[in-house]
Amino acid sequence: MSDMKLEQDQKQTPSENAPKMRRDLSPSEAVHEKDWSDHKGILIVVEQRGGIAKKVSWQLLGEGRRLADKLQTHLSALVIGSNVSGLAKEAIYRGADNVYLCDSVELENYRTRPYSKVCLAVIREYKPEIVLLGATYTGRDLAGAIATHLPTGLTADCTQLDVDENRLLLASRPAFSEKMLATILCKQYKPQMATARSGVFLALPLDPTRQGDIITIPSQMTEGEIVTQVLDFLEQTDHVSLEDQEIIVAGGRGLGGPEGFVMLQEFADALGGVVGASRAAVDAGWIGHDHQVGQTGSTVRSKLYFAIGISGAVQHVVGMQNADMIVAVNRDPQAPIFKVAHLGIVGDLFTLVPALTEAIRAQKRNSGSVPVAL
Amino acid sequence: MHIVVCIKQVPDSREIRIDPNTNTLVRQGVPAIVNYYDLHGLEEALRFKDTVGARVTVISMGPPSAEKSLRQCIAMGADEAVLVSDRAFAGADTLATSYVVALTIEKVAQEFGIVDLVFCGKQTLDGDTGQVGPGVACRLDYDQLTYVEKVVALDEKNHTITVHRHLEDGVEVVQTKLPALITVLTELNKPRRASLPGVLKAAQYKPVVWSTNDFANIDRSKIGLKGSPTIVSKTWVPEPRKVNTEMIDGPSPEAIAADVTKRLWSSEAASRLGWA
Amino acid sequence: MATERFDAVVVGGGPAGSAAAYTMAKAGLKVVLIERGEFPGAKNIFGGVIYRKQLEDIIPEFWKEAPLERQVIEQRMWILGDQSAVTLSHRNEAFKEPNNCWTGLRVKFDQWFASKAEQAGSLNIYETVVTELLRENGKVVGVRTDRDEGDLYAEVVVVADGVNSLLGKALGVHREWQPNEVSLAVKEVIAMPKEKIMDRFNLEGNEGVTTEFVGNTMGMAGLGFLYTNQDTLSFGVGVMVSDLKKKHVKPYELLEGVKQHPMLRRLLQGGETKEYAAHLIPEGGFHSIPPLSGDGWVICGDAAQLVNFVHREGTNLAMTSGRFAAEAIIEAHEHGDFSRAGLAGYDRRVRESFVHKDLKKYKGLHNFLRDSDPTLMFDKLPQALNEAAYQMLLVDGVTKSEKQRMAMRGVTEATGGLMSLIKLGARGWRAMNG
Ligand SMILES: Cc1cc2nc3c(=O)[nH]c(=O)nc-3n(C[C@H](O)[C@H](O)[C@H](O)COP(=O)(O)OP(=O)(O)OC[C@H]3O[C@@H](n4cnc5c(N)ncnc54)[C@H](O)[C@@H]3O)c2cc1C
Ligand SMILES: Cc1cc2nc3c(=O)[nH]c(=O)nc-3n(C[C@H](O)[C@H](O)[C@H](O)COP(=O)(O)OP(=O)(O)OC[C@H]3O[C@@H](n4cnc5c(N)ncnc54)[C@H](O)[C@@H]3O)c2cc1C
Ligand SMILES: Nc1ncnc2c1ncn2[C@@H]1O[C@H](COP(=O)(O)O)[C@@H](O)[C@H]1O
Repeated sequence: MSDMKLEQDQKQTPSENAPKMRRDLSPSEAVHEKDWSDHKGILIVVEQRGGIAKKVSWQLLGEGRRLADKLQTHLSALVIGSNVSGLAKEAIYRGADNVYLCDSVELENYRTRPYSKVCLAVIREYKPEIVLLGATYTGRDLAGAIATHLPTGLTADCTQLDVDENRLLLASRPAFSEKMLATILCKQYKPQMATARSGVFLALPLDPTRQGDIITIPSQMTEGEIVTQVLDFLEQTDHVSLEDQEIIVAGGRGLGGPEGFVMLQEFADALGGVVGASRAAVDAGWIGHDHQVGQTGSTVRSKLYFAIGISGAVQHVVGMQNADMIVAVNRDPQAPIFKVAHLGIVGDLFTLVPALTEAIRAQKRNSGSVPVAL
Repeated sequence: MHIVVCIKQVPDSREIRIDPNTNTLVRQGVPAIVNYYDLHGLEEALRFKDTVGARVTVISMGPPSAEKSLRQCIAMGADEAVLVSDRAFAGADTLATSYVVALTIEKVAQEFGIVDLVFCGKQTLDGDTGQVGPGVACRLDYDQLTYVEKVVALDEKNHTITVHRHLEDGVEVVQTKLPALITVLTELNKPRRASLPGVLKAAQYKPVVWSTNDFANIDRSKIGLKGSPTIVSKTWVPEPRKVNTEMIDGPSPEAIAADVTKRLWSSEAASRLGWA
Repeated sequence: MATERFDAVVVGGGPAGSAAAYTMAKAGLKVVLIERGEFPGAKNIFGGVIYRKQLEDIIPEFWKEAPLERQVIEQRMWILGDQSAVTLSHRNEAFKEPNNCWTGLRVKFDQWFASKAEQAGSLNIYETVVTELLRENGKVVGVRTDRDEGDLYAEVVVVADGVNSLLGKALGVHREWQPNEVSLAVKEVIAMPKEKIMDRFNLEGNEGVTTEFVGNTMGMAGLGFLYTNQDTLSFGVGVMVSDLKKKHVKPYELLEGVKQHPMLRRLLQGGETKEYAAHLIPEGGFHSIPPLSGDGWVICGDAAQLVNFVHREGTNLAMTSGRFAAEAIIEAHEHGDFSRAGLAGYDRRVRESFVHKDLKKYKGLHNFLRDSDPTLMFDKLPQALNEAAYQMLLVDGVTKSEKQRMAMRGVTEATGGLMSLIKLGARGWRAMNG
């Protein structure tokens, strides 16, 4: 691993010189004739904050396992951060055959340059044929940088992955505002790269009996060389962005007033989700427009969606019908919302919601499950 | 201070319909607009023009018809607009696009002055990848700050910029040195409506147009279809999901709630949520 | 404020405005055309007939490049009964060479026409609304727009802002519409495969047909139309606003009703409605034409009520008046005199042309229609005519002379007696030939 330290970054101050393109970003030989057969295995880049992995990373390990088995190759994980050796173990338990671990203080917070250099070093050294990252903000930031440096093709935000008999990655993703799906191939370059959406693949259950090598990778930059500084992280944002949410508890006119939303918030808290609303509730002024789901509000794709006291008008439904699991509570058995719901409950929401809140709390206490980061 | 804003003219995908009979896209009559994320980048650049007198150059790689979008940017207040247009660029994926965009910024810097800051949109409405911004940053060797929802400070003296990056679970306050590339979210600002003098200027404006021949050092194997590793192998319209609604009933609200909870925990959604 | 000063500002990017801007720009004047739509024609509709002669005077051989739909070789007139029609039509190969008229769609046509003006040198700006006229010492010196720093100064303002002319009102030459001076047209563009259209209307190549119909408009004064485009049909009906008010009918209900007529249903069947729009048509005619110019301004097209509703010639008159205005402005520019006297050449041109003469010919028609009972003219008479035709053609043993008497009786009864029918005929004749 002698040449793993990449060339030093020479940052110029703007006044010194005009920008110079990096000319070394493409292999000089014609890629078309290049023999890529030395590229083997699948690499998942694990994303974490504060030592907790994003769920999408474990989901990708689950999917990566399936693909690796199909290709009869190995599945590796790359864990980058500070004090993250525990995650390396967990990656093995979650399906990886081996893990590359780069653990260093300057990698505490994600920053594009130091992280991408670690990734590039591993990819260049170990030559995986497929590299997958979560299509999170960070994952997309990192993947874009890596793919350009290698260079190779990168498919963004996939919702379906597969491999074919020629070992090609079939990366499928929504196109044209989710109206179509497209399958994208990268035939002449390796590795084949994709970022994939959180929540569409299934993580494997934790299996502590699994074994695998953990290979340490040196950090590629010293703090002094890194220009970008993370000054702070603000957990609380003042606006809700429903598009990013996994669990949404939406209320409609059936809630009868702003107090109804207080009850709903409690339910959402119990679930670890956020509150959404129909336009009728927003128009009535019971809750802000940020929360509106539907044609003139947000289009959501949550894993779980509760529609409480919402009739299910088409303008509302277009914004939530792609949720994985929809539970509707309505006292009117004819309410159209039941046509799109997976679970339907006919009854009075004012008694059902408190009961549900209690039941969820109890279940969470029993199963010891805590809401985890995406 | 010289800011480059990267824009793309795109079909307004919000208005694209699927023909239910043929399952194909109906593109006819879909208006071409400036990718709306990019307008937020332009607006931020124009605010620096208003406050610190920055010069703003807009660039786009696209067909000749993209002149219209560049003129819209001139109307809003951009100083100069460059259209990079050539048949040879057609079919570019994000890798090939970022190559040409970066070359363009390099040439803009040579001809119109050193570039301190580049704005890109979060993603395009048609490509939807958000990969061109990071690609351009890499090629120019700039630091990149993606998904920015607020510019907190621009320190001209120390050449630093401080921003809020939007993440799934919060906001990161990040600072970097100029030159840098920023990709922006719509939360950043509200794009202005062009003034009348702006519109009149735009109506008379001819963007600078460059083709492959204007780039002395262009590597033709890296542009257009040839320079694009990815290929679209097929597209299809997903079947509408069939839902078998299960109605839950019980003797009491508590019994119903217990039943629902049990079903939730044994559902796929629970394992996706990491509950199981 | 924009510091540049222009020779002329044209308000409105319809046929009138574009014709004026084109003509002036071509003569080297510094022209700005302001249109409120996203692009010219974005929100404009018309039935869809564009005539050759008047546009040819502005852009020779325009048909070689303009986005036209079909060349009209047949014009039909239908008088509708409840489930019947008496029809009159004329088809002639001679309409092809030289071409008489085409069908068209405003969305395409207006964009093209405005782009011609742009190519000639006019600065076209869109999504900009003119909110008022700027005046100094009683003279119009420019316009104010809804944009920041939105004042624009020019020697002359060409008001071509269409039927509702806000600026015409500001100039005091355009009163609020009286419901009986304006009709409301509703129109649909219906998509249909080309082959189907050509089959149904018996067409070859680029040929097209226009159909106008009266009757079946729920007893309201009005006229319907059905025109063939390449792969769409333009279908609509316009009725006097006063009648709509009286009958409490929504325009859309009217259109839906007419669609059910067996003659029309069959032609429209299987089509998909792509657009729906409603628009006013000035029907005031000759007596409503305002003064056409003043100190620093001219007014043309629909804004000046220049519509020949009998022959559905609106774009025609709009383009011609736009050209006349431009020519007068070019003269004024040469003399450096944009006062009312300096611009009087415009009024004179209109007066000496077919525009004025055609409108004058029909000058009595407006009052004639206003004073006659719409249910008579647009319901009872068409019905009686259909009944008469039916009786004449039905072979049921009744003698032919008896049939003729029956038919005549039907028609005279509808009008309230023979004398009334004769009077009505005479008054109608005079109105059409004033
Ligand atoms: C152009 C346009 C855009 C629109 N955009 C949106 C949009 O983006 N989002 C959106 O949501 N809507 C939108 N709408 C409005 C939409 O058509 C509906 O009016 C709205 O969704 C209805 O809201 P609702 O279901 O909360 O209210 P309602 O339709 O009034 O339904 C309330 C429901 O609560 C039930 N209920 C009442 N009390 C109880 C109780 N005690 N226990 C249990 N159930 C109870 C009732 O049975 C009923 O089904 C739009 C409409 C238009 C025309
Ligand atoms: C249903 C229908 C059928 C018709 N059929 C025919 C036919 O078959 N043949 C025919 O020749 N004529 C027909 N006509 C009449 C014809 O459409 C009009 O007479 C003609 O379009 C008038 O042209 P114009 O330029 O005066 O006005 P318009 O075409 O109305 O143009 C005015 C323009 O000014 C713009 N504008 C208005 N106010 C402002 C402002 N304040 N600031 C900036 N811009 C402004 C408008 O957006 C518009 O683009 C029909 C009309 C209708 C409604
Ligand atoms: N052809 C192009 N010309 C200029 N900028 C572009 C082009 N394509 C993409 N961009 C910029 O890159 C951003 C992300 O694009 P994408 O990766 O296609 O989602 C856009 O918002 C633009 O700012």
